[in-house]
Amino acid sequence: MTTWLADKGRHYGFIIAVHALVVLIWYLFVEIWDVPAYVMPTPQATLAALSIDYNWLANTRVTAIEIFGGYFIAVFVGVGLALAFSWSKILNSTVMPLVVSLNMIPKVAMGPLFIVWMSYGVIPNIIIAFSICFLPILLTTERGLREIEPDLVDLVRALKASRWQIFTKIQLPGSLPYIFSGMKVAVVLAVAGAIVGEFIASQEGLGYLMLQVQVTLDTAAMFMAVLLITLVGVVLYMLVLGLERFLVISDSRVR
Amino acid sequence: MAEVFIKLEEVRKVYHARNEEIVAISDVTLDIEQGEFVSLVGPSGCGKTTLLKILAGLHEHDSGIVEIGGGGSFDPSRDVGMVFQAALLLKWRKIIDNVLLPAEILGLPMAEARDRARDLLAMVGLDGFKNKYPYELSGGMQQRAAIARSLVHDPKLILMDEPFGALDALTRDRMNLELMRIWQESRKTIVFVTHSIQEAIFLGTRVAVLSARPARMADNFQVELDMPRRLEIKTSRKFGEYSQRIYRLLGLE
Repeated sequence: MTTWLADKGRHYGFIIAVHALVVLIWYLFVEIWDVPAYVMPTPQATLAALSIDYNWLANTRVTAIEIFGGYFIAVFVGVGLALAFSWSKILNSTVMPLVVSLNMIPKVAMGPLFIVWMSYGVIPNIIIAFSICFLPILLTTERGLREIEPDLVDLVRALKASRWQIFTKIQLPGSLPYIFSGMKVAVVLAVAGAIVGEFIASQEGLGYLMLQVQVTLDTAAMFMAVLLITLVGVVLYMLVLGLERFLVISDSRVR
Repeated sequence: MAEVFIKLEEVRKVYHARNEEIVAISDVTLDIEQGEFVSLVGPSGCGKTTLLKILAGLHEHDSGIVEIGGGGSFDPSRDVGMVFQAALLLKWRKIIDNVLLPAEILGLPMAEARDRARDLLAMVGLDGFKNKYPYELSGGMQQRAAIARSLVHDPKLILMDEPFGALDALTRDRMNLELMRIWQESRKTIVFVTHSIQEAIFLGTRVAVLSARPARMADNFQVELDMPRRLEIKTSRKFGEYSQRIYRLLGLE
């Protein structure tokens, strides 16, 4: 137990150390080359931007809602569609090609259209985040479902298992390692999607804030906004990792 | 003479692939009595697995008669247990929970099923392994767990599709002895598909030989060797005669 604690401590200590090192390099870079504050502020100046009333908390909350909302819809739609495709060959051969070509539409280009259709706000940004990040989840889930032994499905089908039983007892747990690899890729995309939505048009959120402070050349605030966006993404990623550890690695599947 | 438990009469199954018809089995006629151990032997791709899937209720047959259960009731979902060449254990479940899978799907009372699963694991020699994960077990042990799983819902009929095909020769011999014991203890009717002529004779009270595709019944005879059988029996004269009889039918002589 104590060695386990020591291992964990070393692990997290290392993570904190490399991040602190990057901040230090950032600081030294600005100080030594005497970089003007409007090009690159120091870490202290960036932190000080928090004291200016930019509604940091509210804006971060909006961006987090867009990222998390789009992401969770993507997880459900991605896994659900993959399952539907595995059940129905017709659906797979008709809808899947459509999904692929629809996915090729640059979502950034759809942004202005979404705003025409739905006006601006949190909802269109959630939809942009969702539409950018759901495909990897769909593809990896599909792959995972295909990896399941047909004999195993026969074994439970012989017991007249319902589709729901087959899904919850065999297919879903069996494809979880694949689903998680798609989910990890999707995190970055969801963050990008939400910010792009805010850039195109919105009245709140960190992306919106960045455009506002850009006008006054408050680079420190822009840096802070980027840091907070990153933080939201990292929190989501950690949640996914934790869930993966709980559901997949704890039962010894990944070794 | 015991009553007929499985009655197959001129069973035929055709697969449709593109523009061709592939006759998987044709004219299979076989009667199996309650408690018999029937080995189905034949060349690979001859439709043995198809026949097994028809018995499991997974495939429909195209013509002929398939009757299971004799006079008694028979529910193909509850009364069939299956074992495949791969153990097909769920990697994320402990051994005991793997064994319990059929009971869960059928919605059986779980407390009783748990007791039964424990007994079955003891019977297949996995007493100390119920809380292990499949990856911690050897191939032979995984297959024992699969056999326990096929018995947990107390089915009347066990269907085995080359269950020991992936094991090494020594493990396979050991598993043959184990299966013989399990069969004698549980008194189930077993239909056992195999490539191995030795295995078919050693285990079977009856051997049904299928010809190359489309599978027809080439022979079907009772194996009159004393029970319980021991490995030495494989070198006996009678065993040799049975082997020759099958080799001849399969054109390997």
